[in-house]
Amino acid sequence: MSTSTFDDALGSYEPVFGLETHVELGTNSKMFCGCSTAFGAEPNTHVCPVCLGLPGSLPVANAMAIESTVRIGLALHCSIASWCRFARKNYFYPDMPKDFQISQYDEPLCVDGYLDVEVGDEVVRVGIERVHLEEDTGKSLHVGGATGRIHGATHSLVDYNRAGIPLVEIVTRPVPGTGLLAPEVARAYVTELRETLRTLGVSDVRMEEGSLRCDVNVSLNLIGASEWGTRSETKNVNSLRSVERAVRSEIERQGQVLSGGGRVVQETRHFHEDTGHSTSGRSKEQAEDYRYFPEPDLVPIAPASDWVETLRAALPELPFERRRRLREEWGISALEMQAALNAGAVASIEATVAAGASARDAYKWWMGELARQANEREVEVSALPVTPADVARISALVADGKLTDKLARQVLEGVLVGEGSPDEIVAARSLEVVSDDAALGSAVDDAIAADPDAAQKVRDGKVAAVGALVGAVMKATRGQADAARVRELLLKKLGVES
Amino acid sequence: MTDLTRLTAEELAAVVASGEASAVDVTRAHLDRISAVDESVHAFLHVDHAGALAAAQAVDDKRASGAVLGPLAGVPLALKDVLTQQGIPTTCGSRILEGWRPPYDSTVVRKLREADVVILGKTNMDEFAMGSSTENSAYGPTRNPWDLERIPGGSSGGSSAAVAAFEAPLAIGTDTGGSIRQPAAVTGIVGVKPTYGGVSRYGLVAFSSSLDQAGPLARNVLDAALLHAAIAGHDPCDSTSIDAPVPDVVAAARSIDIRGLRVGVVRELNGEGYDAGVRQRFSEAVELFASLGAEVGEVSCPHFGYAMPAYYLIAPSEASSNLARFDAMRYGLRVGDDGTRSAEEVMALTRAAGFGAEVKRRIMIGTYALSSGYYDAYYGSAQKVRTLITRDFAAAFETCDVLVSPTTPTTAFRIGERTDDPLKMYLADLDTIPSNLAGNASMSVPVGLSPDDGLPVGLQIIAPALADDRLYRVAAVLEAALNDRWGHSLIEEAPAL
Repeated sequence: MSTSTFDDALGSYEPVFGLETHVELGTNSKMFCGCSTAFGAEPNTHVCPVCLGLPGSLPVANAMAIESTVRIGLALHCSIASWCRFARKNYFYPDMPKDFQISQYDEPLCVDGYLDVEVGDEVVRVGIERVHLEEDTGKSLHVGGATGRIHGATHSLVDYNRAGIPLVEIVTRPVPGTGLLAPEVARAYVTELRETLRTLGVSDVRMEEGSLRCDVNVSLNLIGASEWGTRSETKNVNSLRSVERAVRSEIERQGQVLSGGGRVVQETRHFHEDTGHSTSGRSKEQAEDYRYFPEPDLVPIAPASDWVETLRAALPELPFERRRRLREEWGISALEMQAALNAGAVASIEATVAAGASARDAYKWWMGELARQANEREVEVSALPVTPADVARISALVADGKLTDKLARQVLEGVLVGEGSPDEIVAARSLEVVSDDAALGSAVDDAIAADPDAAQKVRDGKVAAVGALVGAVMKATRGQADAARVRELLLKKLGVES
Repeated sequence: MTDLTRLTAEELAAVVASGEASAVDVTRAHLDRISAVDESVHAFLHVDHAGALAAAQAVDDKRASGAVLGPLAGVPLALKDVLTQQGIPTTCGSRILEGWRPPYDSTVVRKLREADVVILGKTNMDEFAMGSSTENSAYGPTRNPWDLERIPGGSSGGSSAAVAAFEAPLAIGTDTGGSIRQPAAVTGIVGVKPTYGGVSRYGLVAFSSSLDQAGPLARNVLDAALLHAAIAGHDPCDSTSIDAPVPDVVAAARSIDIRGLRVGVVRELNGEGYDAGVRQRFSEAVELFASLGAEVGEVSCPHFGYAMPAYYLIAPSEASSNLARFDAMRYGLRVGDDGTRSAEEVMALTRAAGFGAEVKRRIMIGTYALSSGYYDAYYGSAQKVRTLITRDFAAAFETCDVLVSPTTPTTAFRIGERTDDPLKMYLADLDTIPSNLAGNASMSVPVGLSPDDGLPVGLQIIAPALADDRLYRVAAVLEAALNDRWGHSLIEEAPAL
């Protein structure tokens, strides 16, 4: 990694970044028709005259989507418009059935809010410029080329299942002044936003399924300069890690361009997960003219203020406040909380505690063994096939002395490969700690008989020599004995009181 | 036996209900009439013989079973080809939609089916409803039954001609700037643009969403009211549909009295540029209102002079967006898809080949008017004019119950007469456009033949939004008085063909 390039850039330049996040709402039906929004159906099965944009069809706005957008706006401390309209964004593209997108333009539903995000011990307030509601487009699949991109493809297929799914766009104000922390703050913002949306229950916020997608804007200006530099917009940034990498790589790229005497071009860039770098896309951003005008097929949205207040009063505890509370309850540091948040493990830990585990144990399992497993599988910890109840049960078995840590990890592996519940796996694999002193007693006797030299050393006061005997017993019990108890029994048998 | 095609819709519903004639007989009579005259009139783009006879048979079966019949049971109707009917070709008069069979019914069609109306087929129109003569149809012009060398009005010219030629007693048209009223006027029939939002636009292929409105065409006021009542009402599939009770237009169409009603003659919608014969018949009708006991006065709507330019910014702007979807990707025409061209190239080639000149002109005007840097000057200003026109109406309706004007400045012009002069063509809608901009209710009723050329003249009646019943009250009384004067209805004077 070109850490030095990054440091070089920030030696002379100050980064400013902003994020546009698109969130697919988790409503049952689409934005302007009754079609299902379920992910992963056969292509072009969740479609009707409206979301296919057939001639004569008309949109009818989904009231639940409007409510969800207002709730998002409230959670982000925005003002809610008392009257606003949808607008048509006109451009031709095969995956857009009407060749215009119903969106919002100069009259967004929510404006002027903020989201506090934590990076280490620092709290950065990210300004929210607007939150608006629109419809998603269909999905193009370019076939026959090497890259899956339109270049080189022999033909394209379009799936309109996604067309018309309600989409909320959340646009930050430019965020200056974060310096070296810019990539981390950007990631922390998306993480915080995602947690907030999850808490509101308005979206499943799965970046890997595209239900949360980010565009990253970055510019550099000379430190101390009064004007910001020209910005690029990087699209296709579809994981938390990529958000951080995209900001970092764009700071590096622009830093090199500027220090080489060049000029940053206002352009759209495409981020590539595999390389961690972006390539130039359209550079005609300023020439794009979407010919926005108020959507004449829909009536204005006029949220009544008492309805908005009802929604505000019913907002759940938001992640920032919740983390404060949990940190106190769990007795962990801000950094530990940060790590859990970055791993997407906070809810899992909380649920595990609720299922009876101690906070310490719950944190240890989710941020230790499970985080490692998730990393290996390249999924979120919450996506692992294990429930907080399973983890709590395993934790309880350890606490009760029925499992050692090592055995507990084996049980967990069993759960992850689908062998059943922890108790079923303990039974099926016969993993329970051998705590029956009678059973252990004969293994102890056998070990002493098998290694008289070691036994004698112990009797002679070389207590350290007991290790070999403990190992033999553990081997004989296939690791299912409590090593401490075995040691205790051996010493007692050999007449050495520990 | 009487010629079933000469009966009114009300009479046809009665003979079907009584069993005097079957719905199949009625339908067959009209299909025969279409076979006999439509080669010269060309009102229809598609005649659904089998579907119409099946629908008629279903009405007869329903009657035989003793079930309650709809108010227009067994009455045939001609449907403008801009409304979807499941499985039936819908072209909007354009090459670009050739071959498209919609998979769904428009709400208007659904309601017609519920009323047991028999849909005979789809009628010709100016491409995407852009025009005043049907000459902009990609499938050739429709001819005026009064004089086959003349236009039947437009864009609903196929619908007006079908009704005037006794091919159907009823027709559905759509009116964006006068496309029901002007064709009705020049073919001597009744045409109504209901209050915007009164009839659902679901399944009406949009020209200009904020102006389009479907409505009835018929040979008399009561028939128009019966059809109006059948298609009107709130529709949850159309967000702009009004959620309010439909005024009782049928009762209003049976009115016999307009004494005390305040009738305002709009000063700005008369005078220079109007045929003398049109002005004469209009003045006579106004005098008749007075003699029937109405309080007649003149009223000024000072901003109406800006209605035409505002309309020709708003309608093309919306059209440029509404017509974007005709991109060859999913339905209709596809040109140039030979495996070497990009989607964008196929889109461009298809749109170049599939749209006619007038449609392209309006798409270009609209695209320009919405462009960044021009939006405020054009679209923005036009919307302000729209507000001013709405205020003019509001002020006028403070002193008047209805407003009246000629429906169109001239009688039917000759085919080809205005095709090279778009601005002259646009003047046909001079009187009708303000109602579309304001969204109120408006109607054209025949008031006689012009002494200049013997062609029909229409009078426009305008009522406030949601007061559609007022149109029918005034028109019914006027119609009765005129029929008394003539001894028959005007349409009886139409040539036999």
